[in-house]
Parts: sequence; structure tokens; C-alpha cells
Amino acid sequence: MRARRAAAVAGLGDVAHPDAGEEVWRYSRIDELDLESYLPSSQRPTGASLGASLGDSPGDSLGAGAAATVVLCDGWIQSVQVSEAATEAGVLVGTVADLEGGPEILGAVLEAPVDLFGHLNRAFCPEPLAVLVPDGIRLDGPVVIVSHVATEGVAAFPRLLVRCGIDAEATVVEVQTSDDVGAMVTPVLEAIVGRAGRLRHAVLQELGQRVWQMAHQEVHVGQEASVELFHAGLGGDYARTRTDCRLLGRGAGCHITAAYFGDGSQALDYRTFLDHAAPDTVSELLFKGAVDDASRSVYSGLIRVRPEAVRTRANQTNRNIKLSPDAWAESVPNLEIETDDVMCSHASTVSPVDADQRFYLESRGVPTDVAERLLLEGFFAEVVEAAPVPAVGNRLHSGLRAKLDQHEAVGSDAA
Amino acid sequence: MQDERVLKIEGLRASVAGSEILKGINLEIRPGEVHAVMGPNGSGKSTLSHVLMGHPGYEVTGGSVTLDGVDLFGLAPWERAQAGLFLCLQHPTEVPGVSLEALLTEAARAGGRDPDAVRQALVTEAGRLGIDERLLDRSLNVDLSGGEKKRNEALQLGVLGARYAVLDEIDSGLDVDALATVSRRIQEATEEDGLGVLAITHFARLLEVLEPDRIHVLSRGSIQVTGGPELAEQLEAEGYVGVLGDAATEEPETLVGLPHAAGFGEDPFA
Ligand SMILES: Nc1ncnc2c1ncn2[C@@H]1O[C@H](COP(=O)(O)OP(=O)(O)O)[C@@H](O)[C@H]1O
Ligand SMILES: [Mg+2]
Repeated sequence: MRARRAAAVAGLGDVAHPDAGEEVWRYSRIDELDLESYLPSSQRPTGASLGASLGDSPGDSLGAGAAATVVLCDGWIQSVQVSEAATEAGVLVGTVADLEGGPEILGAVLEAPVDLFGHLNRAFCPEPLAVLVPDGIRLDGPVVIVSHVATEGVAAFPRLLVRCGIDAEATVVEVQTSDDVGAMVTPVLEAIVGRAGRLRHAVLQELGQRVWQMAHQEVHVGQEASVELFHAGLGGDYARTRTDCRLLGRGAGCHITAAYFGDGSQALDYRTFLDHAAPDTVSELLFKGAVDDASRSVYSGLIRVRPEAVRTRANQTNRNIKLSPDAWAESVPNLEIETDDVMCSHASTVSPVDADQRFYLESRGVPTDVAERLLLEGFFAEVVEAAPVPAVGNRLHSGLRAKLDQHEAVGSDAA
Repeated sequence: MQDERVLKIEGLRASVAGSEILKGINLEIRPGEVHAVMGPNGSGKSTLSHVLMGHPGYEVTGGSVTLDGVDLFGLAPWERAQAGLFLCLQHPTEVPGVSLEALLTEAARAGGRDPDAVRQALVTEAGRLGIDERLLDRSLNVDLSGGEKKRNEALQLGVLGARYAVLDEIDSGLDVDALATVSRRIQEATEEDGLGVLAITHFARLLEVLEPDRIHVLSRGSIQVTGGPELAEQLEAEGYVGVLGDAATEEPETLVGLPHAAGFGEDPFA
């Protein structure tokens, strides 16, 4: 593994810095990134401050009944707890280096990094974390991973590998938090779901206001298998997630459900690449966002249906609510269809709070700001309900509530 | 008189999208009274109801409306509701993700009433209106039939306990049985709680139960005829044309009000 990392470091010089001129970086804030202002975390963070920042660990509220709980700090694995039942079932959770056959499985899903940040992660990730669920095992509780960024000026490179075996079932929840630090974090997820396996994976992104995030997810789904990905995007200064999902076996399915809420000067940026590479595959994408103040959001999604992927069904929906005149939401759904026998649809909207809906609520005696809050909670309700575990939905809901309490209604007040 | 109990509409004028629809409406509705407003399609009935509640799409260009002495035009829509006005919309808006209970709980909170009492009030009122309790937890008006939406409006009126209700075609979409239930419930509110009602309708059937004190016929932006219950029967028999003659049809488009008419009548060669 050291050799792999050394090769990655050596190769960095040849990797191009991304440019907002490239389609995949269009509308991003990549041109503002000053990479040199961050230093890769070179040693395991220690000390009292770490304990304090993790004191109110989200793992506590989400960890009840968890199959395993892992805490990472600045990309380093701080603690791993696996339930007795999960251990007995042969579930492995830990650093890749310690796991039998560990190093070989790295890169089995993601052969080559997709961009500079993937290369950086490969070069500087101190301890890739693996969650391996054996064939036929059904995990009841979720695997909860709290990934925290604690150090000013750090560049953190957490990496997670999830293997959900044949006919296995698992839920993985990643909570991404930080102290109030200026930092960059580039989480990479590689996940593979074996035949008829069912994987649910959620990200609760609650980073601090000065953190830049460059995330990548690469997910491969086998025959008759399914993956449900869930995103709650609340924090960060600029927070980007690129998701590549390949439906490789006949009948494979992918659901992605996301809620994001930007305020202040935040930018939340989601890119999805859905690759239908086998017959009878299904994808269902729902991204719902709100932008307040001078924040921005990007949703850009490409659905590719290869010639062999006959009878594909793919739906992609992106809805955005613009809460302030200075906010901006970009929505770019795309289809690339190479066979006739498909049912594909996409829809995208960017609009302010619906005036008739607001009037309806107001006409029952609800003040304008409360009416807007109800409408936005209602708008996000279907995403909250789609959370893989209720605790994740609840946490998203309180995060949204906190943002909505900050929001000032722009609606018609006095007549 | 400051505290006279009456919903008083005086000389009300209003425009929508730049054209004047209401051209001087006068109406006085007292507690317990039922006033019916009838009129041809497009005569401005829904405009009147929206203007009373303060819909942002309509511009008031003249006149006044007071509710028990309070100037409604000085209040935001939600304050009008809290002051005791209820509007039953002709086409109730669908609001995904917001339940009846969440809405009425917030309304109670804003009005200083007990938010925890809302659930019980809803259940009781649903019982009176024969509404399935399961409907209470669904998204407002989403996937409801036209009749269910109207029953839902009546339900909210009952729970909010308004002083004056403007009912914009509450009878449209209701089947015969539902119409009987809803109109009986509103009739009871006029007697039990002194609810004042302005009922916009095309049909005499609603009025059989509601027993209006006055019937007003709106056309061309103002009330053309006012009468007792016999007027509804006359309208049923003779139609708007029979009762109103020429005034039953909306005015033809004229040059007045159009932008290019500004210099009309001046000698262009002067
Ligand atoms: N939002 C609107 N924009 C433009 N015109 C409108 C709007 N609402 C109503 N109108 C016009 O105002 C007139 C009165 O409409 P309305 O009050 O709905 O009539 P009624 O309810 O009596 O059938 C009609 O000519 C209608 O086309
Ligand atoms: Mg109407």
C-alpha cells in the first residue's frame, strides 16, 4: 500500500489542476481554490481539543442500535466499535491494511482517480477504512461513521470502501462534521454491491462554514442488486460531491435522494453520472434544494444508457427553491441514450416560494415567515422520509429547521 | 361607530393585471346573516373574494373594507384571518408536504390559541362533516377530488371559528349528500356562533339550506340587483339574461384603458 501511495505522490506532478472551463467543473468555484493554503494531515491528531470537538458526537444520536461505530479525525481512524452480532456475522470494519486481502480490494472499484482530488486522496489518505459485509448477511443496525475535521489549515483525505456481498444487506451512514476551521476535505467512497445485494448509504454533510469539500463516490451495482444513496448537504463553504454510479448487472437499480440548503455565501455542488450498462436497469434520482442569501447550488446530472442497456428506466428530477434575489441555483440534467428501448425522463425547476401556496397558508392565519417555513419543510418532507434510517431523517430535519429559523421571509408582508 | 359588528365593504374598486374588475362594490354583512352573491362567469366574484383576503395578485384602487371596525387594508392576509375573516377558495391550492394539522397548529399559535387543542378540534369537526380521519394527515388538497377539497375548506372554517366567511363556490364539486352536510354545518355556525356569510354560488340548492337574507347579483364589476330569496328562484327560472338584460354579459372590449387609446380623440394632425 505504501508503494501505491508513493506512486500516487510521484504521479501528482502530471495531474492537471481542474479548470472551470471544463464541463464537469462549470459553475463550480474551483478557480477560487488555493490548494497551497492547506497541508495534508501528516500525523494522527491528538490532545484535549479533539476530545472536546467530538464530545457531542453525532454518533451518540445515530449510534443507538448501530452495527458498528467509527470515528475519524482529519482522515485518521480514531476508534472502531463493532457490535457483537456484526462481529459474529463476520462483518469486518477497520483499516484496510489490517484486513485480510485488504490492500488488493482498494482500487478494485475505482481503478483510476477521476480528478486531481482523487489523486490527492490516493496519495495522502493515511488509513483507508473498509466495511465488508459477507455474502448473505443482513445487517440490522447501520454502520455509523463520524468523519470530523479538527485542525486549522489541514487537508484531510478520508477514504471509505464498502463491499456489500452477494444477497447481503447493509446501511452505512457517514456524518461529516468539523470544528470552525479553515480546511479542505476530500472524502472518497468506493462501494460495490454484489448480486442481489442491497446497500443503503447516507451522507449528512454538516461541515463548518470555512471548509472546502471535494467528495467523490464511485458505486458499482451488480445483477439484481440495488443501492440507495442519500445526501443531506447543509454545511461547508464550497461543498462538492461527484457521484458515479454504474449499473453493471442485469436488473441493477440505483436511487439517489438528496436535500441541500445553502445560505450565506455557501456553494453546494452536486454532479451525478449514472451509467446504465446492463439490461433492465433502473435509476431514480431526486435532488431538492433551497438557496438563501447569496448562496449558490449546482445540480448537474448525466444519465447514460449504453446500447446493451435495453429496457432501462431512468428518472431524474431536480427542484430548487430560490429564497433570495441574490441566490442562484443551476440545474443541468442531461441524457445520453444509445438504445431505443428505454423509458427516461428528467425534470428540473428553479423558482421562488409559490405565491399561491403561501397565500393559502396565510389566509388561514399563519404569518408569512411561518408560512414559508411550513412550505419549505413540506418541500423537503419527501427527502426526509426517504432517509435510510429515521435518525438520519430527523437529523436532516433539524438541520433544515435551524437554517429556516435564520431565514427571513421575503413574501408580501403588510398589504 | 368603532365597535359595530359588521363586515362593511364600501365603494370597493380593484384591478387585476392592469384592468379594473371591481368598480364600486357595497355590501354589509352582519353576524348571523347570510348574503349570497351570484353572477355570470367572469363578473368578478372570485376577484372580490381574493381582494377581501388580500391576495397579492390584485390591486385595490379604491374604497374600503372594515371588519368589526378594523380596516382590513391595513392588515396582511394572515392578520385578516386572525381578525376573523375566512376565505373558502373556489380552487383550494395543493400544498405538498404540509398537513392540515401542521397548518392549523401554526395558525392557533400565531393567534394565541392553544396549539395542543387543534388535533381534538379537527377530529370533532371532521366528525361533524363526515370526513375520514385519515384525510387529516395527508398533504393539503393533494390528490383530493374537487368535493373533498371543499369539505376540507369547510373543516378549516369550523376549526378556525371565523367571524365572517367568504365562500367562493363551496358547492361546486360537492355531491348532493356532501352539499347537504356542508351547507347544514355552515347554517349551524350562523346560528350557534353568529357567523356572517358571503356565499358566492351559481346554484339555488346551497341557498335552500343556507336561507340567505339577501341575494346580490354581480355583473360588470358592480352589484346590479339586490333582493330576497325570491331572486334566486327568478334567476334559476330566467337566467342572468332574463334578470339583468344587457348587463348579463360582460362589456365588450373597448379602446378605453388600452395603451394606444391614450391620445384617442386628439387631433393627430394638430
Ligand atoms: N390573475 C388574473 N389575471 C388576469 N385576469 C384575471 C385574473 N383573475 C381574474 N381575471 C379576470 O378578471 C375577470 C373576473 O374574474 P373572476 O373574478 O375570476 O370571475 P368570476 O369568479 O365571477 O367567474 C375575468 O375577466 C378574468 O379573466
Ligand atoms: Mg370564480
